[in-house]
Amino acid sequence: MAVDIDHIRAQFPALHQEVNGHPLIYFDNAATSQKPKMVVDAIAHYYNKENSNIHRGVHYLSQKATDKYELAREAVRRFINAASTEEIIFTRGTTEAINLVSTCLSNWLFKAGDEIIISAIEHHSNIVPWQMACEQSGATLKVIPVLDSGELDMDAYRALLSDKTKLVTVNHISNALGTVNPVEEITFLAQEKGALVLIDGAQATPHMTVDVQSLNCDFYCFSAHKMYGPTGVGILHGKKEILDKMPPYHGGGEMIKEVKFEGTTYNDLPFKFEAGTPNIVGGVAIEAAIRFIEEIGIENIAQQEAELLAYATEKLQEVGGIRFIGEAKEKAGVVSFIIDGVHPYDAGTILDKLGIAIRTGHHCAQPVMDRYSIPGTMRASFAVYNTKEEIDTFIEGVKKVKQLFS
Amino acid sequence: MTILEIQEEIIEEFDMFDDWIQKYDYLIELSKSVPLIDEADRVEGNLIKGCQSKVWLHAKKEGEHVRFMADSDAIITKGIVALLVRVLDGQKCQDIIDNELHFIDAIGLREHLSMTRSNGLVSMIKQMKIYALVFQAK
Ligand SMILES: Cc1ncc(COP(=O)(O)O)c(C=O)c1O
Repeated sequence: MAVDIDHIRAQFPALHQEVNGHPLIYFDNAATSQKPKMVVDAIAHYYNKENSNIHRGVHYLSQKATDKYELAREAVRRFINAASTEEIIFTRGTTEAINLVSTCLSNWLFKAGDEIIISAIEHHSNIVPWQMACEQSGATLKVIPVLDSGELDMDAYRALLSDKTKLVTVNHISNALGTVNPVEEITFLAQEKGALVLIDGAQATPHMTVDVQSLNCDFYCFSAHKMYGPTGVGILHGKKEILDKMPPYHGGGEMIKEVKFEGTTYNDLPFKFEAGTPNIVGGVAIEAAIRFIEEIGIENIAQQEAELLAYATEKLQEVGGIRFIGEAKEKAGVVSFIIDGVHPYDAGTILDKLGIAIRTGHHCAQPVMDRYSIPGTMRASFAVYNTKEEIDTFIEGVKKVKQLFS
Repeated sequence: MTILEIQEEIIEEFDMFDDWIQKYDYLIELSKSVPLIDEADRVEGNLIKGCQSKVWLHAKKEGEHVRFMADSDAIITKGIVALLVRVLDGQKCQDIIDNELHFIDAIGLREHLSMTRSNGLVSMIKQMKIYALVFQAK
């Protein structure tokens, strides 16, 4: 393996604990990853030494905090290869980033008769905001169906596209199935029709190189907490030409240039979309998380996780009686499955007793579960600190579950 | 037996187990003993949807007493459903309303009633009490 796993694991205090009398095996990384010491330390250091409000004071600490926050913005820009920091907007997370876009577009762009295309394998946070936008604007929601393999039906997608299409949105990687969607092609086809494209990258940024300029999407959203960073901070990347035209989201301090009762002029990008005191420490910590990833190398992380995924899939196949949900050719990070005749809740309960943390249920993607006519799945999702030995223990757990319930 | 006595009996039964595996084996066994809800009553209105597992619950009034019938799609949930029904089935409305269910805590299954489990059990307990309240008012 290309990475020094012991060195990496040593940086995660949370991994070194017992749960129910067993060493913790944390396979719920798609929900949120654990945090390396350098991220936790960055948070403590900021509050202990550098805390101040940003963009508002001439004093030393305020300047220092502002510099750090803007340094973080630059780190994010570099991480996804955005054209400029004006295109990097800090949000609370993916969910808020999507809501920002859906709200602003329904105030500004969407009209009755327009169509918004999403896919059948979206997280609820990339479904509900568009349903709300449709309700408000009179636009109609169209859904790209998913094939049995967990891949999107691209022919159906092409057929859905029309001059009425105003926006297309899909996830880069599905949290429920692990499918890596062909977002470049999806974007290209949408833009041919003059539609905007938003990519939900919540599951992609922890696992693969993301280059928003080569993807050429109009918006890209992700959350720090799934990529070794803190909760409560996320990113909206938007192309400058569109963000410039888009009306602001929230009103308040920071997002204004001049406030008069006769009328207010808005601040320049990215501040126009960042009303109020932001999650400053979140910014500081996301910078540390990006440094953590860059020190290992995202390609090395991807390779390590691909090996884990292949190993887990192979070992589960050997167990027998396993139905994989999502068998796309391009997959990352996630193995979603059910054991024949065993409810995911029962399986998850027993694995928890063995110190193994997986996710069970519908993974905030109920339409996916309906599509496969299942109540939910068991989902093991990997991060760079996971090992094949952990997978071996997990497989023993799965065998135990089978034995108990059949 | 009173609600209190049945709860004590269950606590004694669970005291015999040395480890959690035996406890869960017993729950799996118990899951087979639930007085199953009739097919005809397996309707949307009797379904308690948790995020993780589903519970069906139906009740009838027999004189002063309440009879419960239930089911769940997950076996561990169903085992706990069986225990809840065993404690409250056939009891008087007033007793169902008045009594606390302390046995779940005492036998170490409290985690199944936590918010994140979202398995329908918390709503089921509430619903059992609501049935008793409604039947009493009739
Ligand atoms: C694909 C996908 N989109 C969106 C989200 C929502 O992210 P957050 O809860 O961080 O806003 C998630 C998180 O589970 C996700 O997996």
